[in-house]
Amino acid sequence: MSRKVPQEEYEKTVSYRLKRWLEGTKDPFLNTVEMRPQKEFEEDEQTVRAREKDRKRNAEKVYDLERNAEIRIFRKVYRVFSVLFCVFLVMMLLTAVSWLPAVGEADRPVNNEVSKRYIENGLQETGAVNIVTGMILDYRAFDTLGESHVLFVATCTVLILLRLDGKKDPERFDANDRLHEPKNDVILQTVAKILVPPIFIFGIYIILAGHLGPGGGFSGGAVIGAGLILYLNAFGFAKTERFFTAKTYRRTSFCALACYSLCKSYSFFTGANHIESVIPLGKPGAILSSGLILILNICVGIVVAGTMYTFYVMFRKGEY
Amino acid sequence: MTVFTCILLGFLIICAVAASLSRNLLNTILIFMSYSLVMSVIWILLESPDLAITEAAVGAGVTTVLFLVTLKKIHAIMKEDQDE
Repeated sequence: MSRKVPQEEYEKTVSYRLKRWLEGTKDPFLNTVEMRPQKEFEEDEQTVRAREKDRKRNAEKVYDLERNAEIRIFRKVYRVFSVLFCVFLVMMLLTAVSWLPAVGEADRPVNNEVSKRYIENGLQETGAVNIVTGMILDYRAFDTLGESHVLFVATCTVLILLRLDGKKDPERFDANDRLHEPKNDVILQTVAKILVPPIFIFGIYIILAGHLGPGGGFSGGAVIGAGLILYLNAFGFAKTERFFTAKTYRRTSFCALACYSLCKSYSFFTGANHIESVIPLGKPGAILSSGLILILNICVGIVVAGTMYTFYVMFRKGEY
Repeated sequence: MTVFTCILLGFLIICAVAASLSRNLLNTILIFMSYSLVMSVIWILLESPDLAITEAAVGAGVTTVLFLVTLKKIHAIMKEDQDE
């Protein structure tokens, strides 16, 4: 590699430090902040004795229900107030419901021009035979984008809460919770062998035919995720990790969400500025029709399938 | 058709009450799963197959499995084996 600046000079520049900071090779707190190694909490005998004395006193004085008048009164008042609160809530909701316009009334807010337009012009404007998909992924695609991101954020939260960091220790009970179960269950494996391919194909069909019939990205993705979970239960982590790891999940869901955002921002930009979109709507009923809806369905399906599977793995094992 | 729908709706209410009153957590989860399954049939009767597919896959499938795994993690299922 040829460099115009020698290595020593390059190391002094700001860009080198920025690069190291971006890559994470340099800890910004190292040598600038005083750091103490964490100590394990140890308690001596005196504090243990004091604590047990405290607990005993609490058990005698506070939780002695027969002699503690405060708790008795509190419980009675609590019961009365909980019933009162429930009655109040029910009354309030019933009053609110009674103020709603009656079903079938002509001037209900539901009977506006929006639903009429969806039903009359939906096929021409979105090209989707299934009006529901046309609404979800064309007129209201912004909501669906938010939904996909909610799913992604939910997975991130599950990862933060349930992920076990540190070395892989096969002896630990949590890491290998199949230790006390029959492995290689013949019935489960045979059933999975027969059922998993049709489940996958059905899920893919639901995703791809989302604009033609009932279905769509979310339901198809959930079906594929359920199939993945079944496969994992039958054959164990070693086999699924050959094709689906944390890296796969990160990359596929990032690509899917980015693709969704890009496609949809293109369509928003052209739509908001009254520019002609270059994406053809195609013939209604054909698989390659209705513009962006097929791509968006595939993106949502990928995100949902990965999310379902990741939830399960995190609950089971806490790590990939 | 309406009789069938009424039977299903009654089953839904029974399931909802039974799930909250059941003492055994495993039974609660199974009742909850049957609730989702009946709900997905009702969605089909209400002519929204999109929701029916999602309800069957998410409500009856994935949620139940997650609940079962959680029960296993907190050792609520293994209790009966220890009693023997």
